[in-house]
Amino acid sequence: MKVTFSRRQLAIPYVIYLLIFVVAPLVVIVSYAFTNGDGRPTLQNLIGFFTNPNTLGTLVYSLLLALVTTVICLLIAYPVAFVLSQSKWKARSVVVMLFVMPMWINFTLRITALKEILTAIEGNLAFHPFFNSVIGMTYDFLPFMILPIYTQLTRLDHSLVEAAADLGANPVQTFLRITLPLSVPGIISAVSMVFLPAMTNYVVLDMLYNSTYIMGSLIGSYFSAYDWHGGSMISLLMLLMICLFTLVTRGTEESAQVRGGTIV
Amino acid sequence: MKQAKGGRLETGMKKASKNRQTGLPHRVTCLGALGLAFLMFVGAIYGTGVHIDAKSTKEDVITLRVCNWEEYMDLGDWDEEETIDLESGDIYGERALYQEFEDWYYEHYGKRVKVEYSCFGTNEELYNMLTLGDEFDLVCPSEYMIMKLLAEDWLVPYSEDFYDESNPANYYIRNVSPYIRNVFETNEIGGIYWNQYAAGYMWGITGLLYNPEEVSEEQVSTWAALSDPELFRQVTIKDNVRDAFFAAVGAVKSKELTSQAFVSDPDYPEHLADEMNDVSAENIARVLDYLQDVKDNVYSFETDSGKADMVTGKVLANLQWSGDAVYAMDQAEEDELYLNFSVPKECTNLWFDGWVMLKNGIAGDADKQQAAEAFVNFLSIPENAVRNMYYIGYTSVIAGGEDGDEVWEYLDWTYGAEEEEEEIATYDVSYFFAGGQPEAEETYLLTVPEEQTRRQLYAQYPQEEVMERSAIMRYFDAEANAAINQMWISVRCYNILDMPTWGWILVVLAVFAITVFLIYSRRERSYEIKEKKQSI
Repeated sequence: MKVTFSRRQLAIPYVIYLLIFVVAPLVVIVSYAFTNGDGRPTLQNLIGFFTNPNTLGTLVYSLLLALVTTVICLLIAYPVAFVLSQSKWKARSVVVMLFVMPMWINFTLRITALKEILTAIEGNLAFHPFFNSVIGMTYDFLPFMILPIYTQLTRLDHSLVEAAADLGANPVQTFLRITLPLSVPGIISAVSMVFLPAMTNYVVLDMLYNSTYIMGSLIGSYFSAYDWHGGSMISLLMLLMICLFTLVTRGTEESAQVRGGTIV
Repeated sequence: MKQAKGGRLETGMKKASKNRQTGLPHRVTCLGALGLAFLMFVGAIYGTGVHIDAKSTKEDVITLRVCNWEEYMDLGDWDEEETIDLESGDIYGERALYQEFEDWYYEHYGKRVKVEYSCFGTNEELYNMLTLGDEFDLVCPSEYMIMKLLAEDWLVPYSEDFYDESNPANYYIRNVSPYIRNVFETNEIGGIYWNQYAAGYMWGITGLLYNPEEVSEEQVSTWAALSDPELFRQVTIKDNVRDAFFAAVGAVKSKELTSQAFVSDPDYPEHLADEMNDVSAENIARVLDYLQDVKDNVYSFETDSGKADMVTGKVLANLQWSGDAVYAMDQAEEDELYLNFSVPKECTNLWFDGWVMLKNGIAGDADKQQAAEAFVNFLSIPENAVRNMYYIGYTSVIAGGEDGDEVWEYLDWTYGAEEEEEEIATYDVSYFFAGGQPEAEETYLLTVPEEQTRRQLYAQYPQEEVMERSAIMRYFDAEANAAINQMWISVRCYNILDMPTWGWILVVLAVFAITVFLIYSRRERSYEIKEKKQSI
């Protein structure tokens, strides 16, 4: 038997990985999501999610928590990334590293430390569960916000900024019309790295004593009650949200590039 | 096997040289070869793995797969000064008990056994492991999971010989506490009594651990302490539906459960158990209401942080299992903080962890079953029971007897009052050690410092009057379970109907903003593309 070996076959390990760890679980999730305990096909899990005020409330609560976290992260991260990318300072990569370094420390350790600090400041953490969760999430996700924006800003073609200044734009106009639109792809990838994980990262809430469920803990609670079907449906809905987000933002990313093209 | 490998290698080499001719970079070819080598490596491991398996069944080594709770057995390696010096001799944990079992089994039964010891974190995790196809011979779940496994026909009954007290090797049945034995012999599910399928390991109750300097004994004498506004954000509850449900039932039924008529009824224990396991829709609704109040009052729903939060003073009271309460009290003592344990007046949840043998693991292998039963007996040797208690802090079901009084001596060694002690009390644990034998009772009175009647000893070996108001939480059927879990989700989730108007306005605004943004960016994009085309 003669087997031909081609460049294409190099993809085999990855295809195997893809089949085992991506496709197969997805098939399992979908099949669980649309069946009931007896294995019969049903839409009850889907209808149940959208008719139960508790699951819907959890969705809204998670969205709100993720939204607030993302906005705060963005408000902190953008100026930092902007200043760093503009500075001529030689040691700036060291500063960037300092911002990113917390990512290398196990996050439960960081949150435990944060818990003690917050307790020292607030006294009793249980009085402000939402507020504390936002602080915890922001602390946890900030590096993921800074890095993509910083990378995008350093890639920015400086001649465009110079051209704008030559043509009489003041720094504010230059920022609003050149720098900000061109950094949109960085912002989008940063937001997608923060927003969606923030909806499910319930460990932060657990450790900071917020007893309200978010999407991650809701899925977990279904699984620990052996309800694989309900839990799978919620996982699937989360997945759909991610797909939707990617689809929508892909459009914006392209338009940012097009805009860059027209400027040139 | 070998031939196939050689063949694959050959084709790989051949193709590699062909690729070089077609101009593929050398590095990529190397990577390809590496990938193939990796695949072959995996194949080789798999191949030899099969060989080893085939060999071990030929030799006479019994493999016993034991799955236990994490940190739930003496793993040895004690410090020299940790030696427990009892009158009957020193007790010292040198090696893990399951390792020592291997030698012990060879000495007593003349057969080699290899224990594969693994751990699980929660009953649900164990159950999921089993349903996903993991095979174990002997596992140690809690009573309700044992009942579930029993009802679903997972378990192998213990052999008749296991209950033969005349056989000196049967340490379990010879040394188990008469009180525990009675519980196992009188509790059934579907007409099957527990003792046929399960042997006890550790047991305990639930109660409230509290800081007596800030909280009065009166306040924590009821489960309603969880919703007590005086403990606002200073009390924790377990993040676990069964414990929360039990405590909530105690609180909502507090009046009737403590009424004189109810308590003095001759069928009090049965009625109490029925009330505490009431899964009627009406009761679940009351529990839901109550737990929502609790949620607004507690510091947290905790899985493990409660002990540390008590010790560091973040909270003043928490719902706790007796074994963990002992641990927390010990820890707090090191910081000179003295915590007490209270068993609410309504009821306490009597729980067990027990050893059960699994059908798909034992698979009719008589040698294996004998080794599994011997393992339970080995753990029931009073000396080993003491080692476990010392190591993990929970209370063993073993009381001892003819095979040694180490458990009783250990109790006295741990809690017995020093001679110069001023405030002492007599503490009666006869029900546990002697059961219904009145002539023996005198021997089981401890003389302890007075404070121990509210502290570690009280949690570890509650007195008989506490045990009278104990109830076992049953295993609920699928329907009741679903209702309780839904109740729990309702407690823990944010109910959208509770959302204030400004919240709705915010949501509408956000949706509106996103829509506008999308439409705008789409339109702009198509406009720009058009413009670009025109300019070209």
